[in-house]
Amino acid sequence: MQKHTISLLVDNEPGVLSRVSGLFSGRGFNIESLCVAETSDPAISRMTLVTRGDDAIAEQIKKQLNKLINVIKVHDLTGTEYVEREMALIKVQAKADYRAEILRIVDIFRCNVVDVSPAHYTIEVTGTADKLGAILGLLKPMGIKEIARTGAIALGREKKDKAGATS
Amino acid sequence: MAVLKEEGVDTIFGFPGGVVIDIFDELSRTDIQHILVRHEQGAAHAADGYARAKGSVGVCLVTSGPGATNTVSGLASAHMDSIPVVALTGQVPTKLIGNDAFQEVDIVGITRPCTKHNYLVKRTEDLARVLKEAFHIARSGRPGPVLVDLPKDVTQGKARYKPLPEPRMPSYNPTYTPNIKQLRRAVSLIREAERPVVFSGGGVILSGASKELTEFAKKLHAPVTASLMGLGSFPGTDPLWLGMLGMHGTYRANMAIGACDLLIGIGVRFDDRVTGKVETFAPNAKIIHVDIDPTSISKNIPVTVPIVGDCKSALGGLNSLLNEEKVKITKKSRKPWFDQIEKWKSTQPLRYEQGDVIKPQYVVEKLYELTKGKAIITTEVGQNQMWAAQYYHFERPNCFITSGGLGCMGFGLPAAIGAQVACPDKLVVDVAGDGSIQMNIQELATAVQYRLPVKVVILNNRYLGMVRQWQELFYEKRYEATDLEHGPDFAKLAEAYGAVGLKATKPQEVVSVLKQGLESPGPAMMDFWVAREECVYPMVPAGASITEMLLA
Repeated sequence: MQKHTISLLVDNEPGVLSRVSGLFSGRGFNIESLCVAETSDPAISRMTLVTRGDDAIAEQIKKQLNKLINVIKVHDLTGTEYVEREMALIKVQAKADYRAEILRIVDIFRCNVVDVSPAHYTIEVTGTADKLGAILGLLKPMGIKEIARTGAIALGREKKDKAGATS
Repeated sequence: MAVLKEEGVDTIFGFPGGVVIDIFDELSRTDIQHILVRHEQGAAHAADGYARAKGSVGVCLVTSGPGATNTVSGLASAHMDSIPVVALTGQVPTKLIGNDAFQEVDIVGITRPCTKHNYLVKRTEDLARVLKEAFHIARSGRPGPVLVDLPKDVTQGKARYKPLPEPRMPSYNPTYTPNIKQLRRAVSLIREAERPVVFSGGGVILSGASKELTEFAKKLHAPVTASLMGLGSFPGTDPLWLGMLGMHGTYRANMAIGACDLLIGIGVRFDDRVTGKVETFAPNAKIIHVDIDPTSISKNIPVTVPIVGDCKSALGGLNSLLNEEKVKITKKSRKPWFDQIEKWKSTQPLRYEQGDVIKPQYVVEKLYELTKGKAIITTEVGQNQMWAAQYYHFERPNCFITSGGLGCMGFGLPAAIGAQVACPDKLVVDVAGDGSIQMNIQELATAVQYRLPVKVVILNNRYLGMVRQWQELFYEKRYEATDLEHGPDFAKLAEAYGAVGLKATKPQEVVSVLKQGLESPGPAMMDFWVAREECVYPMVPAGASITEMLLA
């Protein structure tokens, strides 16, 4: 069951999200995450969707998405060069013993502390799903109180130069 | 209204209500015919029957709330069978949407998965464009139903109509022309094949490709089978015809699928009623699959050569390639294959024995003889549907109208009404069961009111026959919830509606009742008391391979 990151351009209209999510629930495909926002053209939104399935299922998912009238473009980024990022806000307990340790982790992962209280830090972290997994693993022993994740967003990479050298 | 006229709408099947009074009022000022049904499900099925018989878009118009929800089964049926229908539903005024207003329902939300597309129109100035798009989407590509939800204030508002060009939608561009490379690959498989089978489906009928299909099959000297939806796409009396395949397909058609080395599926979707167990479907065959909908290809059955495109263009393309490459297939080279098929046919033909009690198959066979195979046949769902498919031989497309994918009981009578409106000069017969007919029997009033001379042939076994058959075969005859012993007297009921009602209880009465009913000038309902526990054979049990049939 391979992970597929699919980038969609869709009409920015009411009901389009439910057409896409309804397709997944109606046909028994799973969604790991789904992210939607307007593009530079206000008539068009981009959805980034992470799903799992074997080749045949991934193929059906792409064909079915393409069949939706409001879907303009379907691009499966999996197997191509692309950049993927996710953001999380993590509210972690910050007792006196751990406060310094948490800040060291924040520093190593290049995150920001965006809210501080006597007993908690709220940390903003951006990166791949692996990076988020790693920091969550390290913070877990301190006691994570709440977490909010955006789900992945992704874009294909452009070719670097004519020779294709990326150094 | 201007758009409806422009789109060639001459008939609307509908039922009024509070929020659509304005539309009906406007309708009365046009020459568009309105057929008032007695239940909104009937309106949707009638629009479907009209669309299939005429080969154009059928239109229904209903009110908000329950009016709209009553069309859902009809839309789902049209969706499964890819029938172009435009459903116009009323909606509460835009400012009340979301307020749980009287007769408000989110019909766009409800029908999202059972329509090809749907719209809620929020501004009067968008109305014309949306209607144009709705018709365009319904009839193009793989056709299907489109629902347009019309809030009362939107239809009360006024906007000047400027004729609009054909819609251009960047996100909707169905592929009509098949890829020539794939066609060439298909031709090279055809050259090598010794035991090919052509498998035709509803797509051939929808794209009007019957002529091309017949030419193709003759060039290949290949036997032809069809799904339920494909009946009529190829002449049912041609020597190349195998009969229908699948769960209740003929022995020879199913055996031929098991033995063929090349299967050419055209406008089909390989659904479970056709394939049986997918792992053992056509195990020795390479598969060529033509369909306009890419999602149909390799969805259930992996294929060797996928061809995305319109059936008519694809078959036309294959035919000209076969000419161009001078592929000559002789009848003689196919002899071993047809000898084998003939053996299957002679050992296990479709059969029944007519004894003291009327056999349902006998009624259908006599109906076929008396109508000389020229009637438009609609069906309900279940045993009646399968017997009609097996024993009526369809010569032409658009003559067999049935709820194939959804299997929607109550379809046949309203669909017959739609077909009769579309083809006033044709004989239209609904082959029904006593169970299904009661799901929309009120439409008899519609037929009487508009003098639509539809005929209903009820194969009355006083059971929900198909479920009873499963109970007999797989549930040790525990006939739970299938006994309909207390049914109405259909002949009297028909008379009460103002139609002709007839009844036959003995085999010798069958022909005279059929004659009397078919010859009566108005609508007629014929009640045939048939053998209660007759089963449809052959039958492939659910989950078995299609070559593993239970036989009569």
